[in-house]
Amino acid sequence: MLNERQPILQMRRIHKHFPGVKALSGVDFRLFPGEVHALMGENGAGKSTLIKVLTGVYSIDEGHVELEGQELIVRSPLEAQAAGISTVYQEVNLCPNLSVAENIFIGREPRRLGRILWKEMNQKAADLLQERLQLHIDVTQPLDTYSVAVQQLVAIARALNISAKVLILDEPTSSLDRNEVEQLFRIMNNLKKEGLSILFVTHFLDQVYEISDRITILRNGEFVGEYMAQELPRIELVAKMIGKDLRLLEELPTLAEGEGSAAKEVMLEASGLGKKGAIEPFDLSIHRGEVVGLAGLLGSGRTEIARLLFAADRPDQGTLLAEGEGVATPRQAITQGIAFCSENRKTEGIIGDLSVRENIILALQATRGWYQTISRKRQEEIADEYIRMLNIHPNDPEQLIKNLSGGNQQKVLLARWLLTEPKLLILDEPTRGIDIGAKAEIQKLVLTLSQKGMSVLFISSELEEVLRVSNRVAVLRDRRKVTEIADKELNQQNVMQAIAGG
Amino acid sequence: MFSRKYFSILVTCALFALMFAVGSYLYTGFFSLQVILNLLIDNAFLLITAVGMTFVIISGGIDLSVGSVIALTTMISATLVQEHGWSPMAVIPLVLLMGAAFGWGMGAIIHYFQIQPFIVTLAGMFLARGLCYVISIDTITIDNAFYTAVAQTKIDLPGGSYVSINVVIALIVVALAVYLAHYTRFGRNVYAIGGSEQSALLMGLPVAQTKIGVYTLSGFCSALAGVVFTFYMLSGYGLHAVGMELDTIAAVVIGGTLLTGGVGYVMGTFFGVLIQGVIQTIISFEGTLSSWWTKIVIGLLLFMFILLQRVLSTRRSMQP
Ligand SMILES: Nc1ncnc2c1ncn2[C@@H]1O[C@H](COP(=O)(O)OP(=O)(O)OP(=O)(O)O)[C@@H](O)[C@H]1O
Ligand SMILES: [Mg+2]
Repeated sequence: MLNERQPILQMRRIHKHFPGVKALSGVDFRLFPGEVHALMGENGAGKSTLIKVLTGVYSIDEGHVELEGQELIVRSPLEAQAAGISTVYQEVNLCPNLSVAENIFIGREPRRLGRILWKEMNQKAADLLQERLQLHIDVTQPLDTYSVAVQQLVAIARALNISAKVLILDEPTSSLDRNEVEQLFRIMNNLKKEGLSILFVTHFLDQVYEISDRITILRNGEFVGEYMAQELPRIELVAKMIGKDLRLLEELPTLAEGEGSAAKEVMLEASGLGKKGAIEPFDLSIHRGEVVGLAGLLGSGRTEIARLLFAADRPDQGTLLAEGEGVATPRQAITQGIAFCSENRKTEGIIGDLSVRENIILALQATRGWYQTISRKRQEEIADEYIRMLNIHPNDPEQLIKNLSGGNQQKVLLARWLLTEPKLLILDEPTRGIDIGAKAEIQKLVLTLSQKGMSVLFISSELEEVLRVSNRVAVLRDRRKVTEIADKELNQQNVMQAIAGG
Repeated sequence: MFSRKYFSILVTCALFALMFAVGSYLYTGFFSLQVILNLLIDNAFLLITAVGMTFVIISGGIDLSVGSVIALTTMISATLVQEHGWSPMAVIPLVLLMGAAFGWGMGAIIHYFQIQPFIVTLAGMFLARGLCYVISIDTITIDNAFYTAVAQTKIDLPGGSYVSINVVIALIVVALAVYLAHYTRFGRNVYAIGGSEQSALLMGLPVAQTKIGVYTLSGFCSALAGVVFTFYMLSGYGLHAVGMELDTIAAVVIGGTLLTGGVGYVMGTFFGVLIQGVIQTIISFEGTLSSWWTKIVIGLLLFMFILLQRVLSTRRSMQP
């Protein structure tokens, strides 16, 4: 029955070449009406590139695309939209200076005689966000006043509002919390029933099996295969993605047991630290060589805590001491050996027009001042070392970072901070958008580093991950630190209960 | 929240009010409606150019050719009317069309060849200025009946004050521009491109059309300012409006528009122009200061505004 249906979208033998990289070689992809099709592959496998050639961001070198049996040639995202393909790209691609409502409607504003009807547009935007995504925000505010997660939801709302035949979601869930993901899945299921076809990219295996009907796997720009989701066991999926056995990944070093944290010296101590509207006053101390996790739903104040601990925001009250000395500015935090790897890699992290090597060296060079330069040879050694350690792809240190895939950019950012050998490393969502192989690498790295004496504050929306690496977990709810869980009490059940409250 | 969005424009308004108050306090005869109207009469052409420039800067670009386009417009109008006996009814539409076409050309080069607007419009600036001298190296005075009539017409307002036709044209341009910026797709696309060109492209907005449109608009506004300038000076000359591109940019920036693009208001530019006018007026009332003091004060104001914008934008990014 299924085989008799005609695919609504068919891509045949697609090739795409970038200077020095073969991003896609002979990839096939089919999308059937009313199905959710997951596109899987490691970082740099070519998923986003496939989406971008389909939607006219890049031109296709070779190959054919058919939409509803007709040859489809698009030269710009505008034409793709007109052809009925609505896309949420991997990085949130909206205009930060425009209001939320405009970001949803721009290009399709309600008008009368060419005049934009602002009232109607704002009302529609508010309704759309409320009904579809249960998001209650002031839609007249500029987008950049909201968090990355909200921006992601706005991008999704924009795509939903375009009446399309094909909806493409490139890692839409990477900055959403569990509730929001469920919300999104409910919508996707409804759309599916209405006959919409959805192409979905994610690195979360659970989500793949929860929502998708069909899976296409890419590896290194090559087509590995197309499978029905039910017929492909998880282990096999992973093996096909990474091209080797999963067992390698499971050898995570376990936490050194029994070392009471109380025995060690305190690295960072916050007492009564708080900021109105961001986070209620809290106490938190991090010891040498300890990994402290922050768990809580999105918007529970995780990032706010991280920013206060790095002195990036000014607290209204309380004190912050690093090894007994006060910290009031990010500059002081850096000299005290605190490093902050922020969640907002696009705006705060990478510098697109510099090479991978330069991006890695940046923070180290900054701590040394601009006159003590690091020799070119040393730079290359360092870059090579980290490229190998974190498995950054392509492994060319001179590649411009903006040409890397999203996950690989994240790895470069991480390398930058690791290189400064901080005493305390604050990691805000370090594994967002990173494939499982690299995720395990990063978790392993965090553990090894902590064994060497580095303290880590680990923030992630994936609870399993927090539990795996942390000695102690601080739980946040509604912008308040509710409890700390450590040692024997530290398990999923307890943390979940604390997050949910009651 | 509301006030932050409009903060720089409020500062601009307040500054204008303050300067006007200071002038009124210091000099007798300063505090009158006619002084304000004279600001508009003497700066109508600056206002029109600055409106076009506002769109260019909001889109994240710059247009250095405006002063030269004004000069070229005066020059072409003057020769055609004086030496070739054309009717103004044909000349005016023609020069407006030429200005728009000139802007369109620069916009197309900027977009399709991906060259910085600074370089392209710099070339445009030299080109237009050079073309003036191809026509003539001397001033061409206009004594055409239509031009002199327009120049001398005073539109009386209640209370004995008056404005010129130029002012009416400028105010119509401002009103249309406000509408264009806030109530049309073109206007919103300009803001979107200024916010992030890459995003605008991925959102499926007509980036090429809008970017070229912005320079076409600026070329058109400069040509219109050139027409108004011809009414004002009643002559065509290759040295008219020298350095006016910088006055224009200054007015736009003092009006609160960010040079990085994405943020700004036409009304801000309106007050930016008035502030420049008020400084000139104060200096002429003072009588002892040389007119170069205008430049000094504008320089200081520019510093102040750029610092203010810097402080505001860092504060905004610190508290998300
Ligand atoms: N504009 C570009 N110029 C040069 N190389 C590019 C460009 N865009 C992508 N690449 C390269 O193409 C390959 C595929 O990248 P792509 O972004 O499609 O990966 P991905 O599968 O989406 O990975 P991720 O899961 O990390 O998002 C990578 O090696 C990347 O470095
Ligand atoms: Mg990708």
